[in-house]
Amino acid sequence: MKIHIKNGRLIDPKNDVDAIQDIFIAKGKIAAIGSPPGEFEANRVIDAQSLIVCPGLVDLSVRLREPGFEYKATLESEMAAAVAGGITSIACPPDTDPPLDEPGLVEMLKHRAKSLNQAHVYPIGALTQGLQGERLTEMAELNDAGCVVFGQPDGLLPNLRVLMQAMRYASTFGFSVWLYPQELGLTGDGVAHDGEVATRLGLPTIPVCAETIAISNIILLAWETGVQVHLCRVSSAEGLAMIRSARQQGLPLTCDVSINHLHLSDMDIGFFDTNCHLMPPLRGFSDRDALRSGLLNGTIDAICSDHAPVDEDAKLLPFGQSDIGATGVELLLPLALKWGMEMRLPLNRVLAKITTDPARILKIDAGHLSVDSAADICIFDPDNYWKVTAAAIHSQGKNTPFIGMELPGSVQYTLVNGQVVYQR
Amino acid sequence: MINRNPQLDEQGALQHLLTTEGLPASILLQILDTAESFVGVTERDVKKVPLLRGKSIFNLFFEPSTRTRTTFEIAAKRLSADVINLNIAVSAQSKGETLLDTVNNLSAMNADMFVVRHSQSGAAHLIAKHVRSDIHVINAGDGSHAHPTQALLDMFTIRRYKQDFRKLRVAIIGDILHSRVARSQIHALTTLGVPEVRVIAPKTLLPRMVERLGVHVYHDMTQGLKDIDVLMMLRLQSERMKGANLPSQEEYFKYYGLTPEKLLLAHHDAIVMHPGPMNRGVEIDSAVADGKQSVILPQVTFGIAVRMAVMSILAGQSVARSAE
Repeated sequence: MKIHIKNGRLIDPKNDVDAIQDIFIAKGKIAAIGSPPGEFEANRVIDAQSLIVCPGLVDLSVRLREPGFEYKATLESEMAAAVAGGITSIACPPDTDPPLDEPGLVEMLKHRAKSLNQAHVYPIGALTQGLQGERLTEMAELNDAGCVVFGQPDGLLPNLRVLMQAMRYASTFGFSVWLYPQELGLTGDGVAHDGEVATRLGLPTIPVCAETIAISNIILLAWETGVQVHLCRVSSAEGLAMIRSARQQGLPLTCDVSINHLHLSDMDIGFFDTNCHLMPPLRGFSDRDALRSGLLNGTIDAICSDHAPVDEDAKLLPFGQSDIGATGVELLLPLALKWGMEMRLPLNRVLAKITTDPARILKIDAGHLSVDSAADICIFDPDNYWKVTAAAIHSQGKNTPFIGMELPGSVQYTLVNGQVVYQR
Repeated sequence: MINRNPQLDEQGALQHLLTTEGLPASILLQILDTAESFVGVTERDVKKVPLLRGKSIFNLFFEPSTRTRTTFEIAAKRLSADVINLNIAVSAQSKGETLLDTVNNLSAMNADMFVVRHSQSGAAHLIAKHVRSDIHVINAGDGSHAHPTQALLDMFTIRRYKQDFRKLRVAIIGDILHSRVARSQIHALTTLGVPEVRVIAPKTLLPRMVERLGVHVYHDMTQGLKDIDVLMMLRLQSERMKGANLPSQEEYFKYYGLTPEKLLLAHHDAIVMHPGPMNRGVEIDSAVADGKQSVILPQVTFGIAVRMAVMSILAGQSVARSAE
């Protein structure tokens, strides 16, 4: 299959390209940019007039809910949703049931995902067996099976000694460790940020120090063990300041922010809107503003969708009893664009945060449009606003705080390995 | 995105009573004035009026309560409504039925009004959002969020004894953090124009940024009670008395329990209130609870009139609607 994408505005942040240029695809790879390679005869021509052609998006946190939670979503539904959102590479956290702590499970997931022939799936291996925080997993074996990084998504390890050893072991093989900074002892049964809104609504709270104490521990252990650490979904201004200062001292620390925290604060909970029941909790205005400028100045490396589809009924409960999470893969591009417009940023800087920067953190060769690289491409209309409705969302999870909003950027085509896997 | 206040209809009239927050003073006063007319009824030999004849009121108590449920039941019966009590804590929910399933089933039995108590903050809002538009929801306490009829009966009591809200200093004393009563009292007091509302508690029993609700924060009874006209004591749940919130009942009583000596710090004709049930010797000394400044029993009596007022205002509204 040879594809010619013509007349599009090519934006490739990694190669610093922003120009109207044609792109030529053969054998699943980008054969040429600008003028066709010799004897190129396209089987298909895609006219991208007034559209943007960019690298397929890379999403650092997508819960596919398989194995174990198929009632919330299936691999089929969420993989289809991801490409509908222009995402071609996804990292999935290991908190499935059973957790991704054995090579066999990882191989099965990779195999299932591959047979669907959609986005590339990069499982995050469990750092400890059963995510219990007691015994290390076979990280090298898991790596052979396809885990690129290792994580512990449910909060900080209860035992700091085990965490230190796990980090040390991972660094032996050069694996990076992804941690969601949360001190569970301080989180307790909290469901909302410890601020004015929770005080008004009488909701159990999660103080900011639940995040900062965890970040502090992780930073100290990163210095101690020399492992490359990535912090998932930072939520507070204070936490961000600690990350900035550790980086200034030379620690190779990276972090991401979710689309929800980039745009929302605890005020959006309104009258107990369970779509805003998220983890970490939505924090105050000043936190949100710090995250927005932290992303701008580079303290935050990437935006993730924090895609966590939940069963509809599980949100029709009192706030504290409702399931945590929101659908996100189809909102990653629109909400990144919205942030960029509000910050008055050129598109290549915005797209870097969802293409080349997350690819670098995930240590994969993706998120760019270079000749001879895999033809993973997203083609979208930046000026087309669409309304977020249950019907418009492909994901099985229909819950998001952005439901009913008009957002910019609709994906027209998604290509993975040179094949059109989504067409609007 | 903050939506329109979910307890008001498009015309700004009361559709549900979920919280005192965001209700205009005119509605609070309408409830208090209506309650005045019902106080007479409750003192008559025949304590019934036919205002809600033929209406079905369901008491949905997802959390055990005797006192509040009883006062709602009496209020409804005095309005001639049919009352159905459901103690759901031990029925459907324990069989795995969800909150909304329970509510939908009962709606199908032609309920006109739900009186809801639930251990989770926001439960009454959730129900109000999903019931048919002709059903009214009264929040009889949701988690630590709100208990509006308690706050309204407190306001009624204050007005009876102190007349003008705009000249008062009021102190709320005790476990503000976990108290739905305190939150509803604060919103009602500030809306009705009380110029100074204080909260007095150790820091472990105060929510963050509570001053944003419009109150002054004190940790010391000696300073906090100075010049106070109304003392609103809160119940201290026994499970809060040990562990990380408080070291002991004895220490709490010593520093925050209301004794005759501490009461002397307040204004000489201050009134003492308590939402009940009281823990004598924990938050309040018996000599104060039974003393001449206590209005705790009148609160209970007024509670029935206030709940009658709320029910009749809500029901009256649906009569007006069906006539349209």
